[in-house]
Parts: sequence; C-alpha cells; structure tokens
Amino acid sequence: MATKEIAGVQVELDDEGFMTNPEQWNEDIARALAAEEGITELTDKHWEIINFVRKDAKEKGQVPTIRRMNKAGGIATKDLYELFPNGPAKKAAKISGYPKPQGCV
Amino acid sequence: MKKLLILGAGTAGTIMANKLSQQLNLNEWHITIVDKDETHYYQPGFLFIPFQIYSRNDVIKPSRDYLPPSVEVIVSGIDIIEADKNRVKLTNNKVLTYDYLIIATGSQINPEETEGLKNGNWYKNIFEFYTLEGACHLQKFLKHWTGGKLVMNIVEMPIKCPVAPLEFLFLADWWFTEKGIRDKVDLTFVTPLPGAFTKPKASKILNSFLDKKNINLVSEFNTGSVDGENNKIISFDGKEIEYDLLVTVPTNMGDPVIERSGLGDELNFVPTNKNTLQSKQHENIFVIGDATDLPSSKAGSVAHFQADVLTENFMRHIEGLPMLEEFDGHANCFIESGFGKGLLIDFNYDVEPLPGKFPLPGIGPFSLLQETKMNHWGKMMFRWVYWNLLLKGSELPIEAQMTMAGKRL
Repeated sequence: MATKEIAGVQVELDDEGFMTNPEQWNEDIARALAAEEGITELTDKHWEIINFVRKDAKEKGQVPTIRRMNKAGGIATKDLYELFPNGPAKKAAKISGYPKPQGCV
Repeated sequence: MKKLLILGAGTAGTIMANKLSQQLNLNEWHITIVDKDETHYYQPGFLFIPFQIYSRNDVIKPSRDYLPPSVEVIVSGIDIIEADKNRVKLTNNKVLTYDYLIIATGSQINPEETEGLKNGNWYKNIFEFYTLEGACHLQKFLKHWTGGKLVMNIVEMPIKCPVAPLEFLFLADWWFTEKGIRDKVDLTFVTPLPGAFTKPKASKILNSFLDKKNINLVSEFNTGSVDGENNKIISFDGKEIEYDLLVTVPTNMGDPVIERSGLGDELNFVPTNKNTLQSKQHENIFVIGDATDLPSSKAGSVAHFQADVLTENFMRHIEGLPMLEEFDGHANCFIESGFGKGLLIDFNYDVEPLPGKFPLPGIGPFSLLQETKMNHWGKMMFRWVYWNLLLKGSELPIEAQMTMAGKRL
C-alpha cells in the first residue's frame, strides 16, 4: 500500500490507484481522480452517480454493480458508459473513493 | 416433529436431502423437498449435446430415484417464501411450515434482460446451451451448418459454470475440424471479462489455448443489445460485432420466487454468509449452490463442497453449538479442451488456479492447468460419479476445503 498526496490530502492507495480508506475522500479528490481517468469535468449527472455509489457502498459494505446502480439507483446503463467510459463500475468506484469492485468468478 | 424444508431438488438440494437424512434423527425430524420438476438434469452434460456426444437421455433421470425414501417429495412450483412466518406457499395452493429452511433454488438464464436478444431468430441463428431445450435445438442446427461466423457471447457476469463458454469453443474447434469445415468457420469469444477467465494465471494459460486453436478473443465487451435483423451484438458503449451464429450465455439470475419473497439482491441471489452458508437475514434459513450471492463459482463441485460444510454446520446449529466449519470458496472444474483432452482447475476465494497434480500431490492422476487425456477421461467419468456417488452424498476422495499440496506457485 502507498500513500500519495491528492488535492492536498495524503490518501492511501492500493496498487491500482484505488483509495482504500473512503473516509479520506472529498470532492476535490474526486475531481483529481476523475482527471486521472480522463474525465475533465464532473457534471451534475456524474455527481448523482458518485453520490449514489458512496451512499450505497456505505450502507451495503460493497461498491454497487452496474446492475445495482440501474435497479436501485435508477441510473441508465447507457448513461454510465457515456459518463465513465471504459469500465464504468470500476471508474465510478475509483472516483467515489472506494476500492475496486470485486470481480466474480 | 421438527420440520426441515428444502426448496429445489437440483444438485445442491438433492445432496443436502441425502446427507441430512443420514445425519438427522428421523424420529424427530421430517424432511420435505419441493421442486417443480420431476426430472433431475445432469447439467454439465448439456455442453456435449450440441456436438452429438450426449443426447437428451444421457442427461435426465427421475429425481425421485436420487432422493432417500424417508424424504417427502412434493412436485410443485413455489409461490412465495414467507420467511417472517416460517412458511412457504406452493403454486398447488399447499402451505408448508418449517423450523428450518434450506434454499437451493439455483440460477437460470434470462434472455429477456437483454434488449433484442429474444427476437424472431431465437433458436433460429441465436442459441443457448444452458437449458436442455436450447442444447437440443443447437444440436439440430449444427448438424447442417456449413460455416460462417460463430460468436460465443457472455452477456454479463456472474454465470453458472464460467468455463463452459470456453469449453464450448474448444469443442467447436474440434467438431468443425472433424467435419472438415474448420477453415469455413470463424470462432470468436466475446466476454465482459478482461481475458478468457477472471483469475490472472489461469486466464493467461487459457488465452494461449484460444490463440493456439485460432479462436479470436474480444474482451471487456458489455453486451447492451442484439440486433437480430442485421445479426449484430452491440455493446453499451456502441461497439458492434457481427455474427452468422450467435451462441449466448444470457444474464443468469436466481429464481423469481426469491424476488417475489423479497429475499434477494438485484440478480435474485440470496445474501448469504460466505463461510457458514447461513442467510444474512434469517437465522433459520440456509442457502446453498447457485442460489447464493457468494463470490465463488456457480458450479456443481462448489455445491458439493458447500454441502459438506453445511451438513456439519446444520448439525451443530440445531444443537445450539457455534458453526465452526467454514466454506473457503473451493471449486474444482474439468475444462474439456477438444480432441480427447482436457484441463483441470482447483481454486478457492483466495487462491487462484495453479499448476500441479491432483488429487494426490506429485502423483495425480490429474494434472492442474495442463492439457492431458487423463483430464478428459476424468470429465467423462464424472457423469457416473455424479449419479452414483455425488448426488447420494457419498464420501469422495476430495476434501471440502482446498489444499495447497501438489500445487506449484
């Protein structure tokens, strides 16, 4: 595990750059992480998803899947792919300050 | 009399009925099992049907023959599980009460979940082999197919038997070679995963098998819709792949009764303690096999290992003792690779498939992550083991928990 300064805060990251302590997250960190992923501006629609991911992950103890964002969060899957291109579940989790979603076998 | 009710008489439910009828004092316990079907399906055999290796009669037997005489068997659908009232309503209007419930209702395919998948060409040039019906339709189609672009597509994870799509492709490569039309068939594997398999070591080895067999791999493709008119699958981010023959693994979900009963997650899988197999919501409900939301493979071998753990835990729990046995996610899968050969993988929640020998360290007779004839024979013999030993809950020479002995890091 490594620590890195993002938006003026020392945050703990895993090998793939996912935050391991969601408590360290703030909105500026989200913007910085988004920029790393090539998302230059976080729109209201992005925030709607980030807020859902954070709320749901806190309640359920795990990052929501795309299907869960769709069913429980009412977020259209197509929107997710547009807003967080190439792996929306992973990217949304990363920008929301949560570890990488567990893949299933 | 105390009442144990088991829902589902597939692999997991049948093994539990057999194991617990041997362990419980039947003067004190009445065991009932419910399933909508009178037939038990040997699901690992479905894969072989399209290639005429097995036929319908090789994979079906009457369920009753595999359940102990002491167990009451009810053939009916399940309307709803009323967990707060400890009762289950059946579609035949019967109401069953229980002291303990074991949910073993499995998982099934849901082509309706994908826009356009179940279109006018369903079972015409779009097939699945996760149902007996689908596998038989595909057999008929392949018999007369003269070649073209075959796309094998996993719509989304998790799916039952995650290696089955790979096996299908390996067998297809062999089958079209035997038929003398391999040069006229283009084989492509389209998967939402980053490679052929989820775990890096096995994925690397399996990717090289795809290469060797001239099978194309399209990874990280999340199927959003199917255009049946123009024979294309389209991803959520707009990528398109054309096919002449689409073999799909549609979205896998738990039984609709789980949703009706408010017991499941988004995919109707039941939130379950991944070590004890107790329901996270109800102390007197246990869940086993494909019906759980565990991060383990959905496969018969997993159900079998879980059954060992659950039997121990159940017997302790009813005595008021803590549940000590822990399920470790152990899975053991033969992978048929065509031309009379196969691979074997053995892994759990934490340890990915590794090379080595199995089950006897250094001896085998099976080789892990290696293509051998012996592994193929293991797979073919397994049907006999399934019907004669596994379903009946007999001891097999494999521990429920995975062992590192014989594996190379």
